[in-house]
Amino acid sequence: MPETAPNVGLLVTCLVDLFRPSVGFAAVKLLEDAGCRVEAPRAQTCCGQPAYNSGDKRDAKALARNVIDAFADFDYVVVPSGSCAGMVRKHYPALLADDAKYADKARDLAARTHELMAFLVDVRGVEKSDARYEGTVAYHDSCSSLRELGVHDQPRRLLRTVAGLNLVEVPDGEVCCGFGGIFALKYGDISGEIVRKKADAIESTGADTVCAADLGCLLNIAGRLQREGSGIKVRHVAEILAGMTELPPIAEGRR
Amino acid sequence: MQPTSANFIANARDAIADDNLQLAIARVGENFGAKRQQAVDKLPEFDALCGRAVEIKDDVLAHLDYYLEVYERAVTASGGHVHWCATVEEACETVLRLCRSVDAKTVTKGKSMIGEEMEINPYLERHGIEPIETDLGEYIIQLAGEPPSHIIAPAVHKTKEQVTDLFHEHHRKFGKTERLTEGEDLVAEARELLRGKYLAADVGITGANFLIAETGSSIIVTNEGNGDLTQMLPKMHIVLASLEKVVPTLEDAATLLRLLARSASGQEMSSYTTLSTGPRRADDPDGPGEYHVVLLDNGRSELLGGEFQDILRCIRCGACYNHCPVYTSVGGHAYGWVYGGPMGAVLTPALIGLAEARHLPSATPFCGRCEEVCPMQIPLPKMMRHWREQSFQRRLTPGRERLAVALWAWFARRPALYHLGARFAIGWLFRRARGRGHMRKVPFMRGWTLTRDLPAPEGGTFQQQWRRRKRA
Amino acid sequence: MSNKTQGGRATILGWIRGSLDRGELSAEQRAAIDSRLANPRRNLIPARAQVDHAAQVELFLEYLGAANGTFTRVAAEADAPKALSEYLSSQNLPQRVAMAPDAWLQGLPWEKGAPLLERRAGPARPEDQVGVTGALAGIAETGTLMLVSGPDSPSTLTMLPETHVVVLRASQIIGAMEDGWDALRKREGQGKMPRTAIFITGPSRTGDIEMHMYLGAHGPRRLHVIFIDES
Repeated sequence: MPETAPNVGLLVTCLVDLFRPSVGFAAVKLLEDAGCRVEAPRAQTCCGQPAYNSGDKRDAKALARNVIDAFADFDYVVVPSGSCAGMVRKHYPALLADDAKYADKARDLAARTHELMAFLVDVRGVEKSDARYEGTVAYHDSCSSLRELGVHDQPRRLLRTVAGLNLVEVPDGEVCCGFGGIFALKYGDISGEIVRKKADAIESTGADTVCAADLGCLLNIAGRLQREGSGIKVRHVAEILAGMTELPPIAEGRR
Repeated sequence: MQPTSANFIANARDAIADDNLQLAIARVGENFGAKRQQAVDKLPEFDALCGRAVEIKDDVLAHLDYYLEVYERAVTASGGHVHWCATVEEACETVLRLCRSVDAKTVTKGKSMIGEEMEINPYLERHGIEPIETDLGEYIIQLAGEPPSHIIAPAVHKTKEQVTDLFHEHHRKFGKTERLTEGEDLVAEARELLRGKYLAADVGITGANFLIAETGSSIIVTNEGNGDLTQMLPKMHIVLASLEKVVPTLEDAATLLRLLARSASGQEMSSYTTLSTGPRRADDPDGPGEYHVVLLDNGRSELLGGEFQDILRCIRCGACYNHCPVYTSVGGHAYGWVYGGPMGAVLTPALIGLAEARHLPSATPFCGRCEEVCPMQIPLPKMMRHWREQSFQRRLTPGRERLAVALWAWFARRPALYHLGARFAIGWLFRRARGRGHMRKVPFMRGWTLTRDLPAPEGGTFQQQWRRRKRA
Repeated sequence: MSNKTQGGRATILGWIRGSLDRGELSAEQRAAIDSRLANPRRNLIPARAQVDHAAQVELFLEYLGAANGTFTRVAAEADAPKALSEYLSSQNLPQRVAMAPDAWLQGLPWEKGAPLLERRAGPARPEDQVGVTGALAGIAETGTLMLVSGPDSPSTLTMLPETHVVVLRASQIIGAMEDGWDALRKREGQGKMPRTAIFITGPSRTGDIEMHMYLGAHGPRRLHVIFIDES
């Protein structure tokens, strides 16, 4: 296997880098278990969505070029986030279409880049997880995973193989959690109202844990559940699949 | 109406605090959303029809000048008249002149979003003509003195109790003093009172869902039949329509009609789809003696050929409203002008200016649901992003936000400095949380912490730990 | 007014061409559009409309019912008057109708089948409770009735009375709206339309009070089809 092991660059994402490094390590474990050699280049910072979504196209382009350069030498780039993967796959090529030097590189990177769950199942053919997790788990689809990347079945297929885990669906699961990056800060009332409804929907499932493949959604949902005093645990799906759940759930303190 | 789009944030806050409104708009998503899905599931050709519909409208927009000329010729040939109006002022003046030409005292009106753009009701009132809305929803909000809050369900924000109060207050002068609380009775009373209005009106004004170049016909789609009574009983029928409503042939209209009702309310067809072509013919026993189309531009021609052209494909089904997490949280009035929801967030800045309406395309989490359910495949999120770019370039985006993004981007473009800064920032936040895992208040993050806690960082950055692991 | 309208047209057309970054269309481009309009092509027609006639009949009645319309099915034309009379009784409606001055409709054996029925031919009056019309066609795809205005078919009959009864023959059932356009073009000529062509799918309704559906908002509260299987 080693001679065929693909070189995978982990695009950590700024939120995982800052808020939940364990998600990065869980992703590394899943990728290594799937036979990949993983590196997380230090030249990466952020995919540029905050600038892009604020209408600051110039900075967005500069950051896109930075990511393209940082990940030039990998067979694959894998992202434990649907929205950052969507940014690279769907938006970089458009953003840099008029850039003589980077237009081709952007398309090339887009073709090599995958969201973590889709990569494991669709590219590496992973069929099961060796982890054990006792509980009833709801999986939340991030909008980018679901609509930009068409990721829906992959995480569910893997979660169903986790020993002890009972997977349930959230009603109106295709509805946004209200995160939206800067939107959550700038239009806090609206974002808060949307996540209030999402938290209600999650609570209605009777799940004791909710997981997703986007840390943005997770910070938002965990923040809301915590404010309500709900006991539902919030984790990135990679933590559960990798069996790395020693760390307290998101927004919960150390016991 | 004076736009209040600039106050979007405050409007939204009020809307979220309004329990009646929240109950009402919760129904929108539940009803229209579920029914649309059922209707789409029942028609396996739905997606293919959408693709064809997009081709039809794109062809029209690319050749709009010629299609409109052909359309006008067909209207004229059937005995009708087209009045080309560049602005809402011209359109209002035209309607008034037409009304005065038949000495109109009262005018009945079918639902028309172009009429809302023109503010035709207050205009006619100022000039001594009484306009009466006949769509039940429009009638309710006319009594309440409010603009519509949804493109196909204008009074969806009103509870039954509020309708009871409105009818009780306004129907007394017609001798209706009983306080009606049953929906059935409210509908019956409106029916009875408006019946007299239809018969007495001198002019009937309707909108148009489509105009047909081949035949010079206008189409209205209603469930109540109010548009039909409005246009068939008075002496004159005036159609208010914007330029982009034209479609080439009857067959093309049929294709678009297959999408409209299903996307809007989940019906296979609305109860009434009516084509009107010219005035009554010499041997017709009924129908209006005159037929006029007021064709309004109001800034639409400017959108052609640019990054916002695709919004002119819109057929006003409202599916984007019904599936928008923002609309279903704040309702239509928060948007502060005629159009709301995602299509309003794109169209409104074009029609009333980005300076007034800049919040609308910014206040979305880019969830992409609108584009997914749009039968005309309009890339609404992409166009909202174009508006954000214009806001940023024209410095309409607040300085604080610009500064924050610029500062962050400055660091993000310098990985070494960024990682150093990240360690400090995250260390500070980590210490602030004191092991609790979450924070109720954080400086500069009031928007977030108003309604939710901020989860604390785990401690240390990934990059820091990854280097450590590599060294080990 | 016409001057201003002329000016408005030139201005707007100029703006459109300016935005599209071109002048007037070339003669060839215009001819291509003229030809598209002169030879209207069908777009996609759903498979469910393209079934044999017997299946179209069943589909029509099924969707009519789904849209809150009702029907009485009779074997022959001669049975229609009795069916109308019985329907009116069943709804507690008077035996008095306004009927379209349509030769075929008027020629049905009313005196024989419905001797008590009072009929007045012509457009609807405000006091009319029941309007009776024929139709140009019934569209199977959606259970929709297609009616066009004309000397024998006043449009007020479809909308003013609280009850609208349509007498329809099975041979009038067509698959899709497009078949209706063909029929209309045959009657009126290419590019020509009667003043009103209306597609009716069920009775009038409103959802404007708390999204609850109430029938009979402004148009008919009841839509009833007397369906004649054989003509």
